[in-house]
Amino acid sequence: MTVEDEIEIMGQRLNDKIRKIYGRSLHIREVDAGSCNACEVEVNSLSNPIYDIERFGLHIVASPRHADMLLVTGPVTRNMELALLKTYNATPAPKLVAAMGSCACNGGIFGDTYASMGGVDKIIPVDVYIPGCPPRPQAVIFGLMVAIGKLEQKISKTEVKS
Amino acid sequence: MNTIIESIKKEYDNHILEVSTSQNETYLTVKKEIIVKMCDHIYHHLDIPLVCIFATDERKKEGFFKVHYVFSVDREDAFIILRIDIDGKNPGYPSITNKVAAANWYEREIQDLFGLIPVGHPDPRRLINFEDWPAGIHPLRKDFDIKTKPPRVEGEYVYRRVEGEGVYEIPVGPVHAGVIEPGHFRFSVAGEPIINLEIRHFYTHKGVEKLFENISLDKAVFLAERISGDNSVAHAVAFCQAMEKIAGMDIPPRAKHVRTILLELERIYNHIGDIAGIATDVAFSFGAAHANKLKEDVLQLNERITGSRLLRGMNTIGGVRRDIGSSKDEILLNLSIIHRDFRKLMELLFSTPSLMDRIETTGRIYNDIAKGLHVVGPVGRASGIDRDTRRDHPYAAYKEFNFKVPVSKAGDVHARTVVRGDEICESIALIEQALWSLPEGDISIKADDIPDGSALGYCESPRGETIYWIRTCGNKIERCKVRDPSFCNWLSIEYAVLDNIVPDFPIINKSLSLSYSGNDM
Ligand code: SF4
Repeated sequence: MTVEDEIEIMGQRLNDKIRKIYGRSLHIREVDAGSCNACEVEVNSLSNPIYDIERFGLHIVASPRHADMLLVTGPVTRNMELALLKTYNATPAPKLVAAMGSCACNGGIFGDTYASMGGVDKIIPVDVYIPGCPPRPQAVIFGLMVAIGKLEQKISKTEVKS
Repeated sequence: MNTIIESIKKEYDNHILEVSTSQNETYLTVKKEIIVKMCDHIYHHLDIPLVCIFATDERKKEGFFKVHYVFSVDREDAFIILRIDIDGKNPGYPSITNKVAAANWYEREIQDLFGLIPVGHPDPRRLINFEDWPAGIHPLRKDFDIKTKPPRVEGEYVYRRVEGEGVYEIPVGPVHAGVIEPGHFRFSVAGEPIINLEIRHFYTHKGVEKLFENISLDKAVFLAERISGDNSVAHAVAFCQAMEKIAGMDIPPRAKHVRTILLELERIYNHIGDIAGIATDVAFSFGAAHANKLKEDVLQLNERITGSRLLRGMNTIGGVRRDIGSSKDEILLNLSIIHRDFRKLMELLFSTPSLMDRIETTGRIYNDIAKGLHVVGPVGRASGIDRDTRRDHPYAAYKEFNFKVPVSKAGDVHARTVVRGDEICESIALIEQALWSLPEGDISIKADDIPDGSALGYCESPRGETIYWIRTCGNKIERCKVRDPSFCNWLSIEYAVLDNIVPDFPIINKSLSLSYSGNDM
């Protein structure tokens, strides 16, 4: 299977989910909390004509206030902790957080030091972890799909409670 | 080289305490009172660029801190390193920034990480430790444990203020609108034109240099690859070369060729990405889509031949970990297609008036500014600085190949785009030469023990001159200084944007192609 075929199949599944839960599209704000920038290379790849995630209803937006989901990369550095928190608080609920890359998952090679706080879940709640260093674009799309499934659960739980 | 050293010796004889040479590095230990004069002399009079300043904490063995000033003698593939001793109890030493502007950030970095004070520095504010970092704690000192978490304290960072009628400030970042890394920009604007820009970085400071001292050698290569992710190969090669130099290893010729191929593949995808970014930022989506597709083609080729889209995990101390010889035909075929498409892309871009209008004369960096700040890489070359580590300090297999180093004088966004475009064509030709002449044999030699010692490693990454200085002791890294090209180039943006309008800032920024992570580390 070529990359293009893979993306087509995964993208369609993703699109169905997004339609079901969000009506039409999912808005993502990417936050670099201290990554090495390779994760950003792959986030940018998602928008190139091969993956073109826009066609599946995924939009990368400019402000957390417009976002349904935060896609966070990198270990959280001491110097970025506050900015990440502010961004999280600026995102309207119900919100999803995806930790992208080994660093975001648990600090990765940068670990827990004077300058790095470790994984994203040390600072804000994380719904889904996308491993890889950096994860391939296919893995990111798969991770987003899992995250949306989580939101489905989150919503149905609140419905049961209320 | 000897004549230069002799002339320095003659001039400063009674201030030089010790001279030692190892391979192409000459170390001169000098008295700290004379350092300003000597740096000024070497930099301005002998016209030898200062490529790095770093400190080491040697209190345990010798009772001193040391500050090293690395000068690159390009014509002779050699380095001169001046060294001064600084007593921990009296941590002041003369700042050279007033004479050599390129020293600015280095001295502030050393102040934060080692607590050594550059006396007379024109801007002694903090650089890496933010205002909430307690005074008197310096992470690269040997008595600082990497796991320490100093408490956050109250403090304020004071920006330069520009005042006057109609002047207002635009603060941007650290979280930006696009998918880019974090950093803060503060514009002072009067109407549309920018009259001042102050950048504030080091949001992504991850303590890399300290980490090097705390991990095993086999992990260290992986850490080097993750200093600036899109320059993984260049960092890994510079790191490995420093280690190999310490160990006195000569890696197999086949490994040298493979490294050359990887380095050039990295340059190609980075440069195409930068060109794509410029097309995006002038809202020429059609051109951007073409360029991004081309970049993806290279990334997929990378994955097919190395298993990693960003060419990671290929380098190791002693050579490379995977042979790419069997992919020769695939690489050649794909590159010829990429080359053809790329030429078409450049024709398209340069014949689009809406794009040309935005990039010509935009974001000028004049030659004297570029020289004064020691701007490196394609950005420097677009401002008339004819330097390229591949030619001036040949490493890997570059000595064996013919290639041109494109240079331009204009210094604007257009010139930088042209230089990058020409470099891509040179890179493709280099890979072809390396593949056609790929020697038979092993791809690595065993490197179990690294002897105690120190050496420089260097490499021309897609962004420019990348420098490592490593000291090993007992099969561990005692100090690893990393100087990413972005550390030199970031300050040039404050000049490049002057008198340009705010909407042109993203284009200028993209054309400089700066790494935040590599800078902040
Ligand atoms: S996960 Fe890997 S690629 Fe992503 S930021 Fe961390 S080191 Fe870089």
